[in-house]
Amino acid sequence: MQFIPNILFIIALVAGVGFFIRNSKKIIRNIKLGKKVDVSNNKKQRWNNTIRIALGQSKMVVRPIPGILHIFVYVGFIIINIEMLEIVIDGVFGTHRVLSFMGGFYDVLIASFEILALLVIVGVALFWTRRNIVHIKRFVMKEMKGWPKLDANLILYIEFVLMVLFLLMNATDYQLQLKGAEGYHVAGKFPISGMIAPWFENMSISSLIIFERSAWWLHILGVLVFLNYLYYSKHLHIILAFPNVYYGSVDPKGKFPILESVKKEVEMMMDPNADPFAAPAEDQGEEDSKFGASDVMDLTQAQLLNAYTCTECGRCTSVCPANITGKKLSPRKIMMDTRDRLEEVGKNIDANNGEFKPDDKQLLDDYISREELWACTTCNACVEACPVSINPMSIIMSMRQYLVLEESAAPAELNVAMSNIENNQAPWPYNQMDRLNWRDEK
Amino acid sequence: MSNTLHVPTMAEFVAKGEKPEILFWVGCAGSFDDRAKKITKAFVQILNKANVSFAVLGSEEGCTGDPAKRAGNEFLFQMQAMTNIEVLDGYEVQRIVTHCPHCFNTIANEYPLLGGNYEVMHHTKFLKTLMEEGRLKVEGGKFKGKRITFHDPCYLGRANGEYEAPRDLLKKLEVELVEMRRCKSNALCCGAGGAQMFKEAEPGNKEINIERTEEAAGTEAEIIATGCPFCNTMMTDGVKGIKREGDMQVLDIVEMIANAEDL
Ligand code: SF4
Ligand code: SF4
Repeated sequence: MQFIPNILFIIALVAGVGFFIRNSKKIIRNIKLGKKVDVSNNKKQRWNNTIRIALGQSKMVVRPIPGILHIFVYVGFIIINIEMLEIVIDGVFGTHRVLSFMGGFYDVLIASFEILALLVIVGVALFWTRRNIVHIKRFVMKEMKGWPKLDANLILYIEFVLMVLFLLMNATDYQLQLKGAEGYHVAGKFPISGMIAPWFENMSISSLIIFERSAWWLHILGVLVFLNYLYYSKHLHIILAFPNVYYGSVDPKGKFPILESVKKEVEMMMDPNADPFAAPAEDQGEEDSKFGASDVMDLTQAQLLNAYTCTECGRCTSVCPANITGKKLSPRKIMMDTRDRLEEVGKNIDANNGEFKPDDKQLLDDYISREELWACTTCNACVEACPVSINPMSIIMSMRQYLVLEESAAPAELNVAMSNIENNQAPWPYNQMDRLNWRDEK
Repeated sequence: MSNTLHVPTMAEFVAKGEKPEILFWVGCAGSFDDRAKKITKAFVQILNKANVSFAVLGSEEGCTGDPAKRAGNEFLFQMQAMTNIEVLDGYEVQRIVTHCPHCFNTIANEYPLLGGNYEVMHHTKFLKTLMEEGRLKVEGGKFKGKRITFHDPCYLGRANGEYEAPRDLLKKLEVELVEMRRCKSNALCCGAGGAQMFKEAEPGNKEINIERTEEAAGTEAEIIATGCPFCNTMMTDGVKGIKREGDMQVLDIVEMIANAEDL
């Protein structure tokens, strides 16, 4: 009988972690639906970016208030996870505060966890206020209605509850230590929960133990639930931000990648020795024959990873010139749509034994409209603003390429400009021979 | 403005068996747009004055393909790029200077992917170098003490990280530089990029250039300085749009330098 809690704990742990691994595999599979990207270059720069932007949160503090609050919550969560190690060992072996042999250092650890927990509570409360009371514009826009709003609040509620449980667990544990209860040896310093411990002074040891155990169990179960909630949530960024920044561009923002498939064709056309009747090489594969992207499978793995990483913070949209002036385009929505469609494709694959069954839908038109795509000025403001190195513009560009190269569906005025470029080397109807006329004009 | 501009072409240089120090890439706007042609001429004036040996391609120059690329027409872009690279390599061009950030970005960043490798500079950077080498003197004159704001072109600033060269030149002109709230890496686009210059904007509640010009007007600057022919057009239209053409001007930095000494 005595081992039942240990066994229950191990079952919960294995189930929680197992389910998480299962979903992680799905995410990886879905991302791999995209085209491979080469990130073997500039390794040093990539690591640098990862440390500076993902770990160091350098882009978050561009907006100081949310930046600092975010650092509270972020540091709090990372550090308090060290405590998880102890909780897991205690849970498996039925020990009490197994790491307390570290003595003074343990006291310092527990004390700093407590202070961080309080900072997380403060941060989370202020974040909630910003979202629900202050109504900051980027949090109340169209694409944030419904699930995205609930998701954002749920994350805050869960974090709040976890921190409160953590402090209650410590407070009752501390009280039990003071009362010299069996199995509760004296360990740790409790600067925060020590202040609420007196509330429990008059409780009997047996009710205190029930209280402490409940808080302990709810906390660890809550953590396992939260771990599995990530998959359904924008909160995935706490893990994916790291690979996403690593995979991000290390080039100047103005450098757009070249479409290799087009390059081959252009080289053929420009090469006077090429045989115009030669059959296209067979080994090029099917995928290569489509230019640009009309659905998620046409995007790159980096672009799909971007979609899963998006925190829906809206910093991109709040600086987008098109969005600011009332156009439909919102770079955040581009990322959310891409993720939603990718999820839909993933579910389709799950339901059809690992094979995607065409569903008469695609990212273009069913999720992202042409009007949105054509409103982008390629100004890179969204890319600059994103705290986790997402590039919404690159998806817009891939989809424009599809529209122009596969459907010839550019707005009429752009077709005029492009045929001018093709015929007389300038977007306007002037003759190339007149390019130097300005020299002699007064 | 002195009237005689000395503008040799690459072909003329080659005929004499010589090579210029730099190639001046004029660009489509610089060649054909009436407003932008003035910027082109101002730049040539300065090149002449500083005795820089330069050449243009003239009728051998063609659109870099930037608007085609940003519109999604990768095919047309690569055709343009390949054609231009052939011409540039034919003349063994090594250094290119241009007053159009779009041409600059495309040739500097994207031509190498298609085999065209050159040292490319935006004119503000080039002018700054001339100044530092003592070949060009920039001083206040007409603009000394004037309240001026600088609009960062996206393809110079965010796209290529060049925020300082234009500001350094403005400082040399001894102007009172006032920044807009959205400046440097946070600058707001003028609305022309991504081939938007060549089409109507999508439905919305405001034009982007009006939003930006209002912000510039908010600094109470007399002059909006910029470094891109397309920004120039958008901001000039914006100034008209908010009915401030009487007391606000839009000028390229090179025009300011060329004009500083007159009057
Ligand atoms: S690049 Fe396009 S989507 Fe991004 S901020 Fe600029 S206009 Fe908006
Ligand atoms: S793309 Fe980046 S800036 Fe935009 S909402 Fe997502 S995380 Fe925020």
